[in-house]
Parts: sequence; structure tokens; C-alpha cells
Amino acid sequence: MAQFKLPANSTIDKAAGKVHKAPAGAKNVQTFKIYRYEPDTGANPRMDTYEVDMDNCGPMVLDALIKIKNEMDATLTFRRSCREGICGSCAMNIDGTNTLACIKPCDEISGDAKVYPLPHMPVIKDLVPDLTHFYAQLASIEPWLKTDSAAPTRERLQSEEDRAKLDGLYECILCACCSTSCPSYWWNSDRYLGPAILMQAYRWLVDSRDEATGERLDALEDPFKLYRCHTIMNCAKTCPKSLNPAKAIAEVKKMMVERKV
Amino acid sequence: MSVSSKDLRSPLSRARGLGSAKEGVQHFWVQRVSAVALVPLTLWFVFSIARLATGAADYAAVEYWVSAPSVAVTLVLFLIATLYHSMLGVQVVVEDYVSGEGAKLTVLMLSKFVHMIAAAAGIFAVLKVALA
Repeated sequence: MAQFKLPANSTIDKAAGKVHKAPAGAKNVQTFKIYRYEPDTGANPRMDTYEVDMDNCGPMVLDALIKIKNEMDATLTFRRSCREGICGSCAMNIDGTNTLACIKPCDEISGDAKVYPLPHMPVIKDLVPDLTHFYAQLASIEPWLKTDSAAPTRERLQSEEDRAKLDGLYECILCACCSTSCPSYWWNSDRYLGPAILMQAYRWLVDSRDEATGERLDALEDPFKLYRCHTIMNCAKTCPKSLNPAKAIAEVKKMMVERKV
Repeated sequence: MSVSSKDLRSPLSRARGLGSAKEGVQHFWVQRVSAVALVPLTLWFVFSIARLATGAADYAAVEYWVSAPSVAVTLVLFLIATLYHSMLGVQVVVEDYVSGEGAKLTVLMLSKFVHMIAAAAGIFAVLKVALA
């Protein structure tokens, strides 16, 4: 049956949270409640409270996290790189929604800003989830151009209409916000590929230059790999790049029917 | 997949698992076909029952209604479409939420039996009244 008992060390120890006060005299204070988990200590996770002086802080949640790490608590651990929404490193659950900390403005959050790692993934430390399986699933769909024809002496040509079919797909930065917001991925991620990977699968299925369409469809036609998508639409709702993985999955399902019926 | 996993297989091997079952589109397709069939069948069924109920029909009147060949045939079609569609839907729910292989197989098998028994009993009941 579904696993109702939580794994060891997964419940939050409410009493253990530490409070870091804002400096005296700070006028514009925003409170951040941040998930902390240190596997080395053997202790359960806790929620630490940080009062951040927003008059001396950049506008985005990532700016606040960096300020906390630099000035208040150097042990806070999170991933970040580009700080402009293109690398996907700082994907986390902010104010109840998976998004990128670097493009989420603090002033969009009313009340305390609650920050958790991406849901339903193993946590390595604090806000850093283990995405090994997610990346392995991407590798499993072979996300590269596959051809049998002899390599041309110049670029592989593509009509403007065919190129337009890749719009809304190629912009995906693989931050995993969508997959980790999907209940089907929560329950069955061992077998279900999830929205991010299925959208990448469609990106290669619909590419006019690719010659392995049938082989790709064969590899996806599976009750678990593909058909766990029940059009819940959390993926499209949460995507920080405003893409629509659910629509891409629906297109894959249409291709499956098209080659059969 | 978890950090503490003792499994020494590579992440790619785990992601590939047993590979594709190379089926699923049939289930998807017949679920939609039965859904489309159920739109007129359900409207007809609800409308007919409502009419019989508001008309204060007695047992004999319902028996007479079912005994019309067109009604009996449509009732049988309604039963088949409903229970077939339900069987497919319950299968998806079980696959979603029952993760243990043994429990999953047991519940899937039970669900198939229950739907088959309901279909056989329902069709028999309609025929018994219609052919009486």
C-alpha cells in the first residue's frame, strides 16, 4: 500500500528552531523561516527563523538567502549560480510554490517567507535536494539528435514552421520545479519520468531533424513512464519559465494514438 | 535514488528499470472511447429513470419498459460501457497509490473480478426481465 509512515528523520522538530534577530534599528524587517537539515548530526530537521533587514538587501529571495549566509548564519546551505533564472540551481519551495529563488521577489510574499527544499526529494542538506535520479531519467530518454542518414556537409536544415515547434520546449532549464510539484511524480518517481523529462522527450520527438521518432515513442509507451500523467497541471502552474509541460505530455499521448489508430 | 541507498546499481540503470512495457496506448484509447460512449448512454439512462420515477411507475410499468428490445439492448450497452470504463479507471487509481507489488497485484485482480461479476449480474438481470 501507499507508504503512510514517514521515513526516519523526516518530521520537523518544532522546538529545535533557532531565531536570528534583525540588527537593532532595522526598520523594514522581513521574517524568513527556512528548513534546516544536517544529516551529520543525526537530528531531525528544524525551521530556523531569520529576521532580515530589507533596507540593506536585494529584492529577490536569493538576495536574502545570500545575505543570511554572509551576515547571519554561514551554515545555511543552498545551491545558486547565475542569479538570473537561467541555470535552475536555486529551485526551491518558497511561500508554498516551487520556483527559482533568484527571480522570486521578496515583496510578493505576504507574512513570513517559508522556504523549503524541492518537495518529495531526498535532502542532502538544508535546501539542497538530491537530483541524481532526475538527471538519470533525463539521460534515459537520450536527449540528443539521433540520425541514421549520412552526416550532411553543412547544417541540418529545418523549415521555420518546424523550428517554431520547438518554442516553449527548448527554454526549459531543467530546474525540476515541475517534476517535484507533481503528485504522480511524488508517488511513482521510481518509474514515472515526470513533466520535465517528458517535455524534453517531446522536444526531441517533435524535432524535424531527428530520425528516431518511432524508437523514442517505443521507449516511452509504458503505463508508468508516460501514462502516470493525469493532467493535474501543477507543472504548468509552478513553472518559473511559464512553460507548459502538461501540454507537451498531451502531445506525446496524441502521437501514441496517431500511430496506432 | 536516496542518498543513503545501499543499491550499487548506477543511477541510469535504476532510471531505465525494466524498460518500456511497449503498451499503455490501448488502455488510454479505450478509456476515451468508453468515455465518449457513456455521454449519450448516461444522459439516456438518467433521463429515463427520472421519467419513470416522476411518473410514479409501479413494478409492472418498469418491467414493461425494460422488456422493449431497444431499451434492453441500450441498458446492456450502458452496463458494459460503465463497468468497463470503471474497471480501467480503478486500475489507474490502484497503480497510482498501491506501491507494494503483491498488494498491487491482489487489488488489481480483485477489482477485475468485482467488475466482471457486476457486469454479469447486471446483464443477467436485464435479460431476465426483458425475456420474462
